Amino acid sequence: MEQLKVSVWRGEDAGGFARYDVPARDNQTVLDVVTHIQRELDPSLAYRFACRVGMCGSCAMTVNGRARWTCRTHVRKVVGADGALELRPLANLPVIRDLAADLAPFFDKWQRAQGFFQPKDAPDGAVPDEFAVVAPGSKARREADAGIECIGCAVCYASCDVVAWNGDYLGPAALNRAWTLVNDARDGARGERLDAVAGDAGCHSCHSTRSCTERCPKQIDPSGAIAGLKRTLFWESLLGGKRHG
Amino acid sequence: MADRAARGQAHLWVVQRITAMILALAVLVHLITIITAVRGGLSAREILARTQGSEVWLLFYVLFALAAGLHGAIGLRNIAAETLGWRGRGLDFCWLGLGLLTAAFGIRAAFGLYA
Ligand code: HEM
Ligand code: SF4
Ligand code: SF4
Ligand code: FES
Repeated sequence: MEQLKVSVWRGEDAGGFARYDVPARDNQTVLDVVTHIQRELDPSLAYRFACRVGMCGSCAMTVNGRARWTCRTHVRKVVGADGALELRPLANLPVIRDLAADLAPFFDKWQRAQGFFQPKDAPDGAVPDEFAVVAPGSKARREADAGIECIGCAVCYASCDVVAWNGDYLGPAALNRAWTLVNDARDGARGERLDAVAGDAGCHSCHSTRSCTERCPKQIDPSGAIAGLKRTLFWESLLGGKRHG
Repeated sequence: MADRAARGQAHLWVVQRITAMILALAVLVHLITIITAVRGGLSAREILARTQGSEVWLLFYVLFALAAGLHGAIGLRNIAAETLGWRGRGLDFCWLGLGLLTAAFGIRAAFGLYA
């Protein structure tokens, strides 16, 4: 295979595919292919990347129908036998132009899910006087650690059917982040956060289909995190557990 | 404080999971009863001999009917929301009403067998 036959989405929501031929190489990521198109073939192509090493979460796209981080996806792993590669912007998000999706709704939902740390001892955001002692082996800390390496790439969000069906649904990444914080002994907003993730816009709409978990490039398990939120809310609504404080 | 709508939705979810647990057991009992009952032919007399005056069977069928009615209605609510976009607190009360109405038919039948 000498040439890759690359179809690239051009335009906004109402756009179409443009065809480019890109030289195939032994070692080549999907992001390399997009960069080649933009540098050598068509400088007007819009796309997004920053770190190129799987840390920043900005390069995700739909590659042959599946959401992936493009900087760490080798072409040979995803290309068809005929050298065909189809690139679209991430699903379930508005399209800004070409391969750049608008992530504003995705990050707005992190805020709505209270996916930000609120220190217990210093609600005004000041640095507390004492260090918090957190046992690394405790169950809560292990739950938090399991989800903490999220890079905010929105691959899970683009892969979730419930996001497609319900525009209000907070989605796997925001709920995963909320679960890490519910398990953070230093956080002071457990009650408000559990309230924020309850109901049809929150964890209770998830069907545990696990597409998010399967597709997350960081091997995070948002589906399991959401099950944790459901379990916590279940027992607290039955037993009237202490949720605030 | 979560808004009341979100709290109500979470409660519907809890009801659906608890009724699912009840159904898992009740369906098992139901199947075993059916298989035992049809042995040597099914007759009204045999059924009534088992159920008439039996508070245990009455309680079982009332619970079964309640669980099935509520579980099914809440499940249909979720399907309607996701596929047809039917959402809202007003509709939630309709689904709840539908579930209780379905359950009421079952409960009436259970009383028929008891009395
Ligand atoms: C063995 C007994 C049963 C168990 C353990 C059970 C369990 C469940 C569970 C866990 C769900 C949630 C699925 C999800 O959210 O992804 C569900 C949904 C549902 N169930 Fe049941 N169920 C049982 C019997 C029934 C019966 C007898 C009916 C009919 C009256 C029924 C009708 C539904 C419907 C319509 C849904 C909605 C589908 C959905 O939300 O995806 N189920 N059931
Ligand atoms: S497990 Fe839940 S959040 Fe993950 S893809 Fe399925 S429905 Fe979406
Ligand atoms: S959970 Fe995984 S797929 Fe989802 S945003 Fe975080 S890193 Fe990306
Ligand atoms: S460019 Fe940073 S994760 Fe891909």
